[in-house]
This record gives sequence, structure tokens and C-alpha cells, in this order.
Amino acid sequence: MADPEIKSYGPHHESQSAAVTESRPVRWVAMGIALAFLAVFLLLPLIVVFHEALTKGIGAYTEALTSPDTRSAIRLTLLVAAISVPLNVIFGISAAWAIAKFEFKGKAFLTTLIDLPFSVSPVISGLVYVLLFGAQGLLGAWLKAHGIVILFAVPGIVLATIFVTFPFVARELIPLMQEQGNGDEEAALSLGANGWQAFWYVTLPNVKWGLLYGVLLCNARAMGEFGAVSVVSGHIRGLTNTMPLHVEILYNEYNAVGAFAVASLLAGLALVTLVLKTLLEMRYGAEIAATRGH
Amino acid sequence: MTTAPAKAGWRFRQPSVIPGFGLTLGFSLAYLTLIILIPLSGLVWRSAALGWTDFWAIAVDRRTLNALKISFGTAFLAAAINVVFGTIVAWVLVRYRFPGRRIADAMVDLPFALPTAVAGIALTTLYAPNGWIGQLLMPLGIKVAYTPLGIVIALVFIGLPFVVRTVQPIMEELDREVEEAAATLGANRFQIITRVLFPGLAPAIVTGFSLAFARGVGEYGSVIFIAGNLPFKSEIAPLLIVIRLEEYNYEAATAIAAIMLALSFVMLLVVNLVQTWSRKRYG
Repeated sequence: MADPEIKSYGPHHESQSAAVTESRPVRWVAMGIALAFLAVFLLLPLIVVFHEALTKGIGAYTEALTSPDTRSAIRLTLLVAAISVPLNVIFGISAAWAIAKFEFKGKAFLTTLIDLPFSVSPVISGLVYVLLFGAQGLLGAWLKAHGIVILFAVPGIVLATIFVTFPFVARELIPLMQEQGNGDEEAALSLGANGWQAFWYVTLPNVKWGLLYGVLLCNARAMGEFGAVSVVSGHIRGLTNTMPLHVEILYNEYNAVGAFAVASLLAGLALVTLVLKTLLEMRYGAEIAATRGH
Repeated sequence: MTTAPAKAGWRFRQPSVIPGFGLTLGFSLAYLTLIILIPLSGLVWRSAALGWTDFWAIAVDRRTLNALKISFGTAFLAAAINVVFGTIVAWVLVRYRFPGRRIADAMVDLPFALPTAVAGIALTTLYAPNGWIGQLLMPLGIKVAYTPLGIVIALVFIGLPFVVRTVQPIMEELDREVEEAAATLGANRFQIITRVLFPGLAPAIVTGFSLAFARGVGEYGSVIFIAGNLPFKSEIAPLLIVIRLEEYNYEAATAIAAIMLALSFVMLLVVNLVQTWSRKRYG
């Protein structure tokens, strides 16, 4: 699959002869269309979030954010991300090591399977766990007999979040480690390092910025996931409500200030993610985007 | 280092001095199987257990068909809009230099980073009859919020980065000398764009379209707020799955999910075929 999240910075062509660029009016029209489109579709929704959140003043805003239900939603979202992101990091590193460092049968198929969650609707990602762990599910009776609660509780939310964020770290590291090859590790091993040392002192420093990039995207999705989590959560206020689910509840109760106040925190997270992502691309572009052209 | 060659001439993997193959592949496969493959096969198994007649009855149910039609129709329209504007955006970002270009470029990724529920309520507020954009469209008789048009707007938002980020790198690699050669040979700018540049970009545009389309079909969070969710009119397939689940009608939820999954697989396959084809053709 093409990677739409990876962008590249080619050489800039500052000197443009008239033959290979559009005439000035055409350039202005194209630029006008593009910027107007971005402003209407991307900038306005972002502005409206903060505008609506602050429309009744800063007092109402902070009050909405400090309500017990909101605070417990924030705590749950942080908890879910704190469990699911590290697990996907371990998987991503492990899968990238196996796929990038070795040649084996079925590698291309495995790479395709890793991308699978991206082509599944978030609602279906939640549904599969309901079918597995629900009261009518395959394991439902067994779980009930043993007093294990997965669905409509934190474990279910974590599982659904892991499902939807599954490919982020792996798909970032695999092309990067493939491009870097095995030379550095082979040198370390021939100098007497063991496998773990080669990984910690050679591979990890080589891929650290790409890894951070993957973690950033994984975390943004983990904290913002709505569809999959909505199906498995049960929407119990103060218990199984993550921030995006809390936004929905407040919005449906016509508590616009509350909904947009929580939404503004999530929008802030998105902005921080975008800024860090852009900084990483500008500073370490070559060490992140292994799939970019030559 | 657990996998020894099974027999001469056929090796599961090429020999290597790097350790950790068994550990990392074993862990990756176990994790993949537990988190993704077993739950997904549970879905397949449940829908197979339905039997063909029951499955077919749910599939051709008028409400199911309408929901699928709305999901695929709006996703197709949104992806088509994104192809046009996304390509213009990518072109402007790659070829033109203007103040704020970097910010505009970074902004393109906003739909990847902004949680879908936030996008949903923000777009609904904007396009509601008393919203900033909605009140401008009202006198023209255009209603966006709580109509299928609202779904299209939400899916345009969600799909834009897929088109831009697929087309942009290919545009950056376009060879200027080919354009210069065409210009020297007397082609005007319009001819160069349509006859020289477009064929090179077409595979990326098709891929971007498919990615935006696939994402749009399954999208839930940003759509349900703005759609109005009227059965037969503005009810998308993922929402119908949720509704069936809330009615404890697991069979119907499973069948609709299986249909959507099958259609997504076909699209994934098409994307991969287009990519292989374009790589062969354009290297």
C-alpha cells in the first residue's frame, strides 16, 4: 500500500522558466482554489472547535473541563493509550526486525496482513470483539463462568484501540529498516556484540526518529479513536467513557460548551501531533521517510 | 534461530548471521493472530454459520441495501471531489512558492490527527442552518447538515490527505526535463499538463482515490453527527451495524459487516494491482 502519511521533500526548483510553469493568472487561480479549499475544509472546522468551546467564556470552559465525568474520561483515554501504544511499539519493532532483517517465504503476505486493520471499518474492528467476547459470543459463556469481564470494560476498549492502531509503528519501521540494511548489525556482531547489544546500540539509534514518528501517529489515533471504542465501550459515564465518547454524549445532551471543551483538548492534541510531525520531517526527513523517492 | 531448512533446495528463510528471527517472527505472528486474525475469522465464521438463505435475506433487506448504497455512493462522490481538489492542492504545494506554504502543507494531515468525533461535531456546527457556512447556503436553498450532502462533506474532510499524500511525492519526482522537451517541441502548457504530466500522475491519482474511497466507506465518527441518520435516506452502513448490535440482532450486524469487509478486500486488491501495474509501467 502506498503510504499517504509519508511525505518527501524533493529538491526545490526555484528557477522556473516560463515554458515549464503556468501563466501568472493560472497560478493565482490554482493557488486561490487550493488555499480556499484548505481553509474551508480544514481550517474552519478547527477554528469552530475553539470558538464554540469558549463561546460562554473561559469560566464555563474550565468548569466543563473539571467536571468529574470529564476528568474520568481524560484519565481513561490516557490509560488506554498508555497500554495500547507500548504494546504496538513492541509488536512494530519485532515485526520490523523479522521482516527487514531476514528473507523468508510469505514475507509479502505478512506485510499485507499487518496493514489489514487500516482497510477495516472502525465499527467492524469493535464488532469482532463483541462477537468474540459478548454474551452471545464464542467465548461469552466461558468468560462469564470464570468471572472475566472484557466487553463494556477497559480490556475491551484497549483491545479495540490496539486493533485500529495496530499497523502504525510497524509500517513506519519496516521500510526504514529495510533501507538501512544489515551492514551495521553484522559489523557489531562480528566485533563481539550479542543480538540484544546489536539491537540496543546499533539498530535502535538508527531508527529512533522513525520510531518516534510512528509512536506519534499511533498515539494520536489511540487517543482519538471513536467508532471501534464506541461499539465495545457500553458508554458507562465515569467508567468506560473515553474522551471522544464523552464528546458525543455531551453533544447529544445539547451541552455544546462541554462537548467542544473536551473536543478542544483533542484538537490541541492533534495540533501538537502535527507540529511535532512537521518538525520531525523537517529535521530528520531522511531518517524517517525510507519510502521516499531518490 | 528455530527454523532449520526443511529439505534440500527449499528453505523457509535464507541463512543470516543476524539473531532473533524465531523470537521476533514468533511474537509478531502470535500478536497478529490474537489481535487481528482470530477476531476477524470469528466474524467470518459467524456469518458463514448464518447459512446462505439467512445471509441473503439480510443482504437484500431494503434498509441494508440503502445503507450500503449511501455509504458507497457518498464515499465515491467524496473521493471524486478529493481527486480534483486534492490534485490541485498537491500541485500548488509542490510547484508554487508562497508564504505559509509549509503551514498549508502541514495542515493537510489534520484529518489524520483530528479525532473523527471532533471533526463530526465541528462540521455539523459549521454546516447547520445557523452555522457559519450553513447560513450562507440556506438562502441558496442548499441544505447540508442532516442530509446525504453532509455525509459527502464529512468524507471529503476525512479523505483529503489520502489523495494529497499519495499524489504529492510522485509530483515531486516528475522530471522537469521532459516538460522542457515538450515545450521545446512546441507543446503549450495545457498540452504538457494533459498529455505529458497527467499520464505519469494517473496511477497515483487512482491509488489516492481508492484509499480515500475505502476510508470513506468505513467511516463512522465524523459522519453520524452531520448525517441526520434517517433510515433509507442518510443512514450509512457502519451505523446500521451499530443499530443492529444495539437491537441484539447479531446476525444482521455480522452479515452487513461481512459484506462491507468483502467489498473492502476487493478494493484493497485493486489498489495493490494498480500499484504493481504502475510500478511496472513507470518504474
